Amino acid sequence: MLYDALIGPFTEFEFMRRALAAVIALSLAGAPIGVFLMLRRMSLVGDAMAHAILPGAAVGFLLSGLNLFAMTAGGLIAGFTVAILAGVVARSTGLKEDASLATFYLASLALGVTIVSIKGTNIDLLHVLFGNILAMDDQTLLVVAFNATVTLLVLAVIYRPLVIESVDPLFLRTVSRAGGPAHLAFLALVVINLVNGFQALGTLLAVGLMILPAGIARFWSRDLTVMICIAVVAAAVSGYAGLVLSFQTRVPSGPAVILVATVLYVVSVLFGRVGGIVRQLFPGRHLEA
Amino acid sequence: MAALHFHNVTLGYDRHPAVHHLSGEVAPGALLAVIGPNGAGKSTLLRGIVGILKPLDGSIHLGGLDSRDIAYLPQSAEIDRSFPISVFDFVGTGLWRDAGLFGGIGKAAREKILRSVASVGLNGFENRPIGTLSGGQMQRVLFARVLLQDAALIVLDEPFNAIDSKTTADLLALVKQWQGEGRTVLAALHDMEMVRKHFSQTLVLARGPVAWGPTAEVLTPENLLVAMRMCEAFDDSAAACAADDARSQAA
Repeated sequence: MLYDALIGPFTEFEFMRRALAAVIALSLAGAPIGVFLMLRRMSLVGDAMAHAILPGAAVGFLLSGLNLFAMTAGGLIAGFTVAILAGVVARSTGLKEDASLATFYLASLALGVTIVSIKGTNIDLLHVLFGNILAMDDQTLLVVAFNATVTLLVLAVIYRPLVIESVDPLFLRTVSRAGGPAHLAFLALVVINLVNGFQALGTLLAVGLMILPAGIARFWSRDLTVMICIAVVAAAVSGYAGLVLSFQTRVPSGPAVILVATVLYVVSVLFGRVGGIVRQLFPGRHLEA
Repeated sequence: MAALHFHNVTLGYDRHPAVHHLSGEVAPGALLAVIGPNGAGKSTLLRGIVGILKPLDGSIHLGGLDSRDIAYLPQSAEIDRSFPISVFDFVGTGLWRDAGLFGGIGKAAREKILRSVASVGLNGFENRPIGTLSGGQMQRVLFARVLLQDAALIVLDEPFNAIDSKTTADLLALVKQWQGEGRTVLAALHDMEMVRKHFSQTLVLARGPVAWGPTAEVLTPENLLVAMRMCEAFDDSAAACAADDARSQAA
């Protein structure tokens, strides 16, 4: 019974196995990025970037139909352009990063909508907006896995300066020039993972599998390494449970994954060990020292 | 060879000078106090030395030192205290020069980190997140990192602000120990008593040098009064500095 409900779909159907593999790859790469976005107070930057990618993907779509590579390339180009321009403007002028990014992503979004409406809308564009993780073919899966691998490798390279830049940017500036490049590389990783996510979850929900697990992890640990591990596990569990839910109930897969993550998040907010609401209401007796 | 050589340096923001036409030398191994009222340009000068701020004019020579041979303790460190990092790891970032991007933190390095945490009196705090520390403890942590940086030139921007007397005494002992080890130490300070007692050299700054030399000769009421007055000279619509023209005519 339980086997049929929880494991059956994956042994029986190949598209479910592919979807599971994709969601795990997305979790491995996206969740650590989400943790850094959260710790650097850039959670909404991820959201803004998701909008910035949309026109690039749309252009790719219009040029060559529902071609994965064209859409990915378009998304990457649009995302990188916006991320790097915003980063450069913020660093070379006094403008705060969020203000600078807001300007660029709005411009990008407006441009994208213009392009789409000139060429006429298409129902397939819904696929870009909301994704369909159950329609993963081998090629898509490989791209997702490749992007996830690249993300983890680059993250390993920039990990140290990224952490120090998050805690004490001034110190990093006095000992090294790695801060700027690390920040830009990080923005690039955000873009790669958003593009990666939109094939499964769509542009609008892709950021969910990055930010929600990070939010969950924040309530269970004060240690960065542990936080990252919890976020990855939370993302993978949400992905798996979301797929099962979607399979059994006809809830679309992308929203199902994000809804499961949301449930985990609510549980964490309530019962989390670090700053959870219940913990705060019933803290127990104060300690000796 | 001087540890630091200022050659007619002007430092400032958006063309407005905060430190005007400073020239002079700091001998290696010197213990120099930089004093002056608020807005005198003390922090600006230190930022210029560390290389965060480029001079508007003139130059600062580091006497063969790399910018990584400088340890800098900023006044209001832009530290994100909520970031989940332990005291051990935070102090450990002081090893950047040796470890860089990938260098391992081996057993010897771990010992070093523990020793410097211990020498600022924070035994047993290694695993605490920095967010749980008090202001004085955080200042001790920052000193531990400076200690670990093992720098030839140490630049401290008002290191004893809002610190109690016990902590101040402990940290001051470290400063003197650094000087004893032949390091050059510059500190922006407000406490004249402390400067008189512990610092051999003093630079009185007020948007430009007022006096510079042995503390006993420099720290006079007259000089301090001059410094107070000079500090109120900011003008939003100031013309380009004429001192440069005068100099080129003389030459």
